[in-house]
Amino acid sequence: MNALALISQLGGVVLAVALAPVLAGWVAQCRAWLQNRAAPPLLQPYRSLRKLFGKDAALATAASPLFRATPYVVFGTMAMAAAIIPSVTTDLPMARVADAIALVGLFATARVFIALAAMDIGTVFGSMGARREMMIGFLAEPALLMVLFNAFLMFGSTALPTVVEGTLNAHGLMLHPSLAFAGVAFVMVLLAENARIPIDNPATHLEVTMIHEAMLLEYSARHLALIEWASWLKLFNYACIGFALFVPWGIALHESSPLVLLLAVVWLTTKLAIAGGVLAVIETVSTKLRIFRAPEFLSMAFLLAVLGLLVHLLLQS
Amino acid sequence: MSPLTALLSLVLAWLLVGALGLVRPQRMGWVAHTLFPLGALIGLGIAAIGLSALAEGFVVAHVVLPLGLPDVPLHVRLDALSGFFLLLLGAVGAGISIFAAGYFRAGEGTSPGLLCLQYHTFLASMAMVILADDAYLFMVAWETMALSSYFLVTTQHRIPEIQRAGFLYLLMAHVGALALLLCFGVLHGGSWLMTFDAMRGVTLSPAWASVAFLLALFGFGAKAGLVPLHVWLPEAHPAAPSPVSAMMSGLMLKVAVYGFLRICFDLLHTGPWWWGMLTLTLGLGTALFGAVFAAVQTDMKRLLAYSSIENIGLIFAAIGLALLCHAFNMRLLAALALTAALLHAFNHALFKSLLFLATGSVLHATHERSLGKLGGLIRRMPWVATLALTGTLALAGLPPLNGFVSEWLLLQAFLSTPSIPHAFVNMIVPLGAAVVALTAALAGYVMVKFYGVIFLGQPREPSLMQAHDAGWLERLGLVWLALGCILIGVFPQVALDAAAAVTQTLVGTVIRHGPAPWWIAPVAQTQASYSGLWLLLGMAGVIAVMFFLVRRMYHGRVRRTPPWNCGYPVLSPRMQDTAEGFGQPIRHMFGPFFRMQREVPAPDDLAPRYRIQIEDRFWHGLYLPLARAVGWLADALAVLQRGRLAIYLLYSFLTLIVLLVFVL
Repeated sequence: MNALALISQLGGVVLAVALAPVLAGWVAQCRAWLQNRAAPPLLQPYRSLRKLFGKDAALATAASPLFRATPYVVFGTMAMAAAIIPSVTTDLPMARVADAIALVGLFATARVFIALAAMDIGTVFGSMGARREMMIGFLAEPALLMVLFNAFLMFGSTALPTVVEGTLNAHGLMLHPSLAFAGVAFVMVLLAENARIPIDNPATHLEVTMIHEAMLLEYSARHLALIEWASWLKLFNYACIGFALFVPWGIALHESSPLVLLLAVVWLTTKLAIAGGVLAVIETVSTKLRIFRAPEFLSMAFLLAVLGLLVHLLLQS
Repeated sequence: MSPLTALLSLVLAWLLVGALGLVRPQRMGWVAHTLFPLGALIGLGIAAIGLSALAEGFVVAHVVLPLGLPDVPLHVRLDALSGFFLLLLGAVGAGISIFAAGYFRAGEGTSPGLLCLQYHTFLASMAMVILADDAYLFMVAWETMALSSYFLVTTQHRIPEIQRAGFLYLLMAHVGALALLLCFGVLHGGSWLMTFDAMRGVTLSPAWASVAFLLALFGFGAKAGLVPLHVWLPEAHPAAPSPVSAMMSGLMLKVAVYGFLRICFDLLHTGPWWWGMLTLTLGLGTALFGAVFAAVQTDMKRLLAYSSIENIGLIFAAIGLALLCHAFNMRLLAALALTAALLHAFNHALFKSLLFLATGSVLHATHERSLGKLGGLIRRMPWVATLALTGTLALAGLPPLNGFVSEWLLLQAFLSTPSIPHAFVNMIVPLGAAVVALTAALAGYVMVKFYGVIFLGQPREPSLMQAHDAGWLERLGLVWLALGCILIGVFPQVALDAAAAVTQTLVGTVIRHGPAPWWIAPVAQTQASYSGLWLLLGMAGVIAVMFFLVRRMYHGRVRRTPPWNCGYPVLSPRMQDTAEGFGQPIRHMFGPFFRMQREVPAPDDLAPRYRIQIEDRFWHGLYLPLARAVGWLADALAVLQRGRLAIYLLYSFLTLIVLLVFVL
């Protein structure tokens, strides 16, 4: 472990934490353009963060310590997840600490904590949101794991940096049919897990249709800011997982010079800009599903990922 | 004193402690504050000796006891496999005993002294099953275990429901024991030698080996609760007092796992690949079945019992994978799957006992088992709530706790299965990972429901406001188990080292040693590595930095307000999700799994009532027809029973004639 690796490790996390609100702002901006609305500024998420951190936290009388600890735990898991996803470089000392299965576990930890916190106050929408979130989660989590398994089987490793290096070191552009299935499944999981249309609407004001927002109704000020930030970070993380699995080009390999690292940051920003635009398009052209259709959507993602696995195993033997 | 003699004296000491309970059977102070803590200390001793059997350079010890029938002395043996399960039994049993010391109250069914005898007989018989080295002692200990636990289940024997649950348990236990008896009958291979040593030396023909395997799968599967032999488990485990539920779910199921491993790997030396495939399929089916049913339960102890079925399914799936890989001579992979099975058995013993004990504290504080009448206990019972949260997160398989480590190992094992040299198997088996992933995610759902409905939200009944926290002995027991969950999660390599001695004896190899106690890399550093400690430190570091930054740059001001209720004036506890409500999406999605009866009120009902009853399809599809068939057969045979002496004498006479014809 050398100093550069350590710096790029820390820098990667700081970059993720700093870029995540910008990505969220960019998606909101693209959405507004596509929908013929006046777009909010790119840095709007930062402004709301500043506003929220400055306010006094209004805490429900019955809130337990679990409720107050959850925003920090959720932020901690998401930052930890950012530390093990190769977004800029594959030279990540922390990637050895936790592989991609642990990454799925980290996402699950965040989900369980946030659902528990939503049930803590005992309001109508809190427990409803928790139930819906867990329903989405229990289907999305295995689907994500199966998508990752597709990549693992190809390179015989559950460490994401190894997967990235494997793709980058392969000669020529290899087209894997299994990855096509996995790619579609991954996009579906990304939409569901990040509370996007067609599963959930991040901009909704109607409590009855909410999933993610319903769980946050009791949060305010710094707690809300941390949770919002963590969910932007989650979107960022998902985008980076997608890049690592499907379009790893541009990610710096081991022992890269600082210049290559800088170039990798530029690549990352470009990819994020494109992915954000695509996400906005998907959200604009699709409509929100009824909540009871969500399981069908997600079981389809799960089955597609399993199908990808089967295709891989068939072609390989 | 050799380790084995020490072990036997400790087991004897357990029996003695039990018998001492009868000296002053009604004195709570004597039984609870002297005998149960003593039993816990003995448990620690047994765990320590079990651990020593796992150390490097340990020599397998045998002793022939001067006891038993003429010419059939009893054999006991201590090797790595029994050492591992004794460690589990002793360490987890100690936590349960300490809790039990603070738990049992006078005036609840069986007198405390008698309960103490049954409790310690149960513990001692489990230890003897693990130590037995001949079929005779094994069966005696196995039956003692079944009987003593039957009496513990029916502690409150005046309640008809509990009587029924106890009878069902006894029935299933004996059907299973019958299969085991037949299994040993096959295993001696015509030599009529009942020692395990002789059975190890016997080479059975493939067909007879498979018969023995199937009988063992049936017998131990019935004890462990494999689908479709699981029906007794969700009845019997909740009926027992909570420490006994914890022992049955945490320990007794693991003794069944031990027995299965002993026969499959040690006595039968494993077999053809379909053994593994069958076990794997049954295990995965059981895991999914248990998880789905756990999600729709409305009784907290039944929920945990179904979750035990799920975890037993995962353990058997891992054992099946180990058998499968061993059949293709892939030693390292077999060792990996077996390690996952052993570690999951240990983890499940820790967190399931922890949660069953926590429900015991809740039960004492509130006198409620139904999830629909609990809620908000985190504010009245902070100790139990915090410790139960540890168990909840561990059972949900979340890092950095112990449940995650064993699931991680199992998934790693699945990841390597495409290298199996069999065209059909290597395509089907990796798909098992999908079932494991789905089950693990469902476990998260179940655990959020369990914890959220009991401990979070508003109290659903006014009486809950008077709930009191657990006493110090109960807390001590819970803390002991919760610490186990955390330590195995953070220092996984220590647990893997313990399992390594077992895989060395059973499949002849060990998985790769991690670089540090807190760092595991079971196959190769490049394939996968995991470190619970660093993960925990990383998260804690980020949390500390954020907390410090927020406090430093802004402020920590808090204003307490009533919760936001969307403009509606009243906030009542009935607005929260009930247990039925929380399970509704699962009921909706997995509809065909259940046999459902619903009573839905009409829109104009003045007193609307909503009732739903969910039943097991196996009960109506398999068990009731079977019971009817047995009843019909008995009726048919009753023709013979005329009640007249002359006819019975005629039967004897005819039988004698027929036998004489054969002989002459």
